[in-house]
Amino acid sequence: MTGPAGPPRRKDPTRRTRLPVTPPGNRSREAHGLAAMAAAGRFALQCCRRCGHVHYPPRQLCERCLDGELEWRDVADGGRVLAQTTVRHANDLYFRERLPWKLGLVGSDAGPSIVAHLAEGCERGHRVRLALHLDRAGNAVVAASPERDASRDDPRLREMVFDPRGRRVLVVDGTTGLGRHLVEAFLASGAREVFAGFSRPWNRSPDLAALRGRDRVSVYPLDVTDTDAVEKLAALIGDKVEILINNSSHVRMGGALDRLDFNITRQEMEIHYHGLLRLAGYFGPVMRARGADGPYGAVAWVNLFSAWSLVNNPELGTYSASQAAALSLSHCMRAELAAGGVRVVNVFTGPLDDEWHQLVPPPKLDPATVAIRVVRGLERGLEDIAVGAVAEEITHRLAENPKEIERSIRL
Amino acid sequence: MDSRTGEAGILARLLEGILSGRIRIVDLTVTLDQRTPTIVLPPELGQTWPFRIEEISRYDRRGPATYWNNFSCGEHTGTHFDAPVHWISGRDLPDNTTDTIPPVKFVAAAAVIDCSRDALADPDYLLTVDRVEAWEEIHGRIPPRSWLLMRTDWSLRTDPEAFLNMGDEGANTPGPHPDLIPWLISKRDVIGFGSEAVGTDAGQAPHFPIPFPCHHHMHGNNRFGLPGLCNLDQLPPHGTLLITAPLKIRQGSGSPLRALALVEEQADD
Amino acid sequence: MSGTRPPGGTAARAGYDGVAVCAPMTVPYRRYSIRSAHWFCGQALAGLLARAGIGKDEVDGFCISSFTLEPDSAVGLMQHLGVSPRWLDHVPMGGASGAVALRRAARAVQAGDAEIVACIGADTNHVDSFRRTIATFSQFANDAVYPYGSGGPNASFAFLTDHYMHSHGAVREDFGRLCIAQRRNAAALPHAMLKRPLTMEAYLTARLIADPLRLFDCVMPCAGAEAFLVMSTERAQALGLPHAAILSTMERHNAFPDDPIQVRGGWAREIDSFYDMAGLGPGDMDLVQAYDDYPVICFMQLEDLGFCARGEAPGLVRERDLTTAGDFPFNTCGGQLSAGQAGAAGGFLGLVETLRQLTDEVLGAAVEGARHGLVSCFGMITYDRGLCSSAAILGRSGA
Repeated sequence: MTGPAGPPRRKDPTRRTRLPVTPPGNRSREAHGLAAMAAAGRFALQCCRRCGHVHYPPRQLCERCLDGELEWRDVADGGRVLAQTTVRHANDLYFRERLPWKLGLVGSDAGPSIVAHLAEGCERGHRVRLALHLDRAGNAVVAASPERDASRDDPRLREMVFDPRGRRVLVVDGTTGLGRHLVEAFLASGAREVFAGFSRPWNRSPDLAALRGRDRVSVYPLDVTDTDAVEKLAALIGDKVEILINNSSHVRMGGALDRLDFNITRQEMEIHYHGLLRLAGYFGPVMRARGADGPYGAVAWVNLFSAWSLVNNPELGTYSASQAAALSLSHCMRAELAAGGVRVVNVFTGPLDDEWHQLVPPPKLDPATVAIRVVRGLERGLEDIAVGAVAEEITHRLAENPKEIERSIRL
Repeated sequence: MDSRTGEAGILARLLEGILSGRIRIVDLTVTLDQRTPTIVLPPELGQTWPFRIEEISRYDRRGPATYWNNFSCGEHTGTHFDAPVHWISGRDLPDNTTDTIPPVKFVAAAAVIDCSRDALADPDYLLTVDRVEAWEEIHGRIPPRSWLLMRTDWSLRTDPEAFLNMGDEGANTPGPHPDLIPWLISKRDVIGFGSEAVGTDAGQAPHFPIPFPCHHHMHGNNRFGLPGLCNLDQLPPHGTLLITAPLKIRQGSGSPLRALALVEEQADD
Repeated sequence: MSGTRPPGGTAARAGYDGVAVCAPMTVPYRRYSIRSAHWFCGQALAGLLARAGIGKDEVDGFCISSFTLEPDSAVGLMQHLGVSPRWLDHVPMGGASGAVALRRAARAVQAGDAEIVACIGADTNHVDSFRRTIATFSQFANDAVYPYGSGGPNASFAFLTDHYMHSHGAVREDFGRLCIAQRRNAAALPHAMLKRPLTMEAYLTARLIADPLRLFDCVMPCAGAEAFLVMSTERAQALGLPHAAILSTMERHNAFPDDPIQVRGGWAREIDSFYDMAGLGPGDMDLVQAYDDYPVICFMQLEDLGFCARGEAPGLVRERDLTTAGDFPFNTCGGQLSAGQAGAAGGFLGLVETLRQLTDEVLGAAVEGARHGLVSCFGMITYDRGLCSSAAILGRSGA
């Protein structure tokens, strides 16, 4: 696995599919702090609150002044390769299948020396850019790539990102405004094929009409509230889906006390929670089994959530709650799909500029922007993608003081 | 047997007719499944649930000896019965719900008017009084307390998209002209109106002077609706006996049902 | 990285007068074993008792080093062995444990806390136990090394070797000379894992493991035990046991943490006091044992302990003869690179071999007339460098 993977090929039916294995996943609690940074695409290390000393590997206290409080701070991501090796023998099954594997000891500009995966083109003495990635087991690792001209082809880096290029993508509700843009963004990113699911065929969607007959695009009926429909589509294309993006959404105003309509809330749960569950039950197992199915095997399951899944917005109270239920389910799926090296990516968006947010004041998100941010995030291997100012503000405020945002949140 | 006369009773003769095949039973019901279309309303309004079904067990570890399902749907799904309380015009009438309608009203004669060629030519075809009167000229007057069933062959449109036939201004499906319903009630005293489309009213009925006139007038006069029928092509213009008992839902506004038609075979000799 | 060193211990250190090291004991190595580490410890103890002609109860102190006793520690082992010591130590320092065990046991005997201390380094090697040991070797390794596929210390030593070669212009042949000489020394050792003579061509063309390391740069994990006794000189004499004197020792952990990559170990910090205590210098050593899981570490020890200047080890191995018959006898039983790495016993191997040479109890080839031997130990790469350095100088009794 040294060079580019080459163009995706049709599967040889006489070959046993490679079983997915994942890199070693035994990490300390402190090390999972790196995962949080990697999930958001940050290069942050533990810094001493008192003396500022930068630490790696993660630990509980400052090695210099013994202060007990370390905090994660974004640090300089440059470095120089002090030494390198190419591992050609590994006892671990994951690496054994992927040898040779290039590693380096990088003297980081931030201070510590860091054992890192080395991308092609990184050699001893070179300046490199360090990034935190999540490996196929979902744990944080450091990778070094050339300061410029990093290649999307690098086989080691491809293991840590969700590059749509060469892969087949199912966009659930691919004929909504956002869905249509997602389809286009995946096509632009080099997806081999995009399957666009649509529900309610009688809604004469111009987006559906536009997608029909497009090169590399096929449309399929898919209503996530219909178990039978999900099962049938999974039977049809389930073993081809390498990236699944769940774009189904049902936005209705209303909270818990003043609406008293359980039809809406049931529909919210049917679409957000049970819909995801249906997709998980029918598409998840085969994706998990195909996590190592060649260089373009199944790699990511992407859920589009509202940022209100993170904290309840009472004006969209039951909507937020059903989104939160689905978000919790995604964490379950993350654990279950991890066995196959398939990773769950959660995207958090603020209000879209669409018919369901007519009275919401700006900033509202252009669906085209969301689509591009999602695909860029996948290309970078992010696990949590906050799109837009509203979602970013919510994540920051939540990190700072969840009680504050809980009390002051409004659309 | 009539115990006094020794002659066969009515029911026995009915049964004999059914068993001998002289009375044919026509199933006017479409099969309920997840693709069964439901009425399309503006998305901000309340929505009916589509038909959904989940397996409880199928001779497996969830129930080794049992196959059964849970299903859910709105009261007005598939071939269904509209009770008067369904419309605001029928809100305050007596015995207007599925559990209180006298069961005698669930068995009635039906007249069937064939508009299939008209609907083929114009999906927005509206059945008018003139057309019914012309039909009566040929087939005879609609008897009182009968259903009038409008055959359009719309049920042959098995694709939900074609069945609902949505356009920029709403659905384009056939139904009764706004003037027809008051006439059917006052002049012919029908028990209700049945059709093959998703509702008894035409697709464009929301735009009529009185929106949804069939619902408005029929239910306002404590009469019924029977949309979503099929197999109307197998019924004669007159002489059909309809059995249309909805589920006995407390305060129900309607329910899916199994609509059965009894038809006397024409003697060949 | 200049010659300046942080201050080491400056107070005058007491010597080890009156303390004897004796009864070198080796449980022969085997590639794999279905026995547990407890068994190897027990076999070592039985051998020590037989050699010394004493009963189990006469050993009142134990110093144990092992990776594979889990879930037991030295404490559980005592019940396993049916002994009741009054002094017990567990040294979890892997490759550095031999000299560390020695200096602790010596002080215990000197102070009267124990009369006879058995120092045992032992480990088993089940199929797959090496993988499991390195998979949980340290928190830092779990978090920041093992997930990178290096599968143990190979990659870490590949970095150090790569860096050494490019810093000092060393070439593969330099490491090869050391490995070939050690293999020659191992020829006479009955239980050595690798005894067949190693040619330079075979060394240079062996299978690549982690560039620039090839197969013969890496030790072979195996099962086995190394052990010795520490007691008073009088007791050793009374028992009629040949013995050696302890002339100096040192240990230093996590030395030079600010070096971006390891170029030196704790020896560089202790060298002056280490030799001062013995009253000897590098030139007085008749044989040298250095921890050798990978040859680059031997170079580092030779430099840190003053046998040559920094970066000059390639010249040393070119100019000197490292075999037992040569002018610089080095890793005289073949070291771990030939004998095998029996886990923590690898940390005892050099010490036991030195003791054998100085008490004329060699299993392989003897260094004629050896009077002083230096043992250097190195262990525990928990992240990017070995943390534990230790060393000892032993003298032939009466020398």
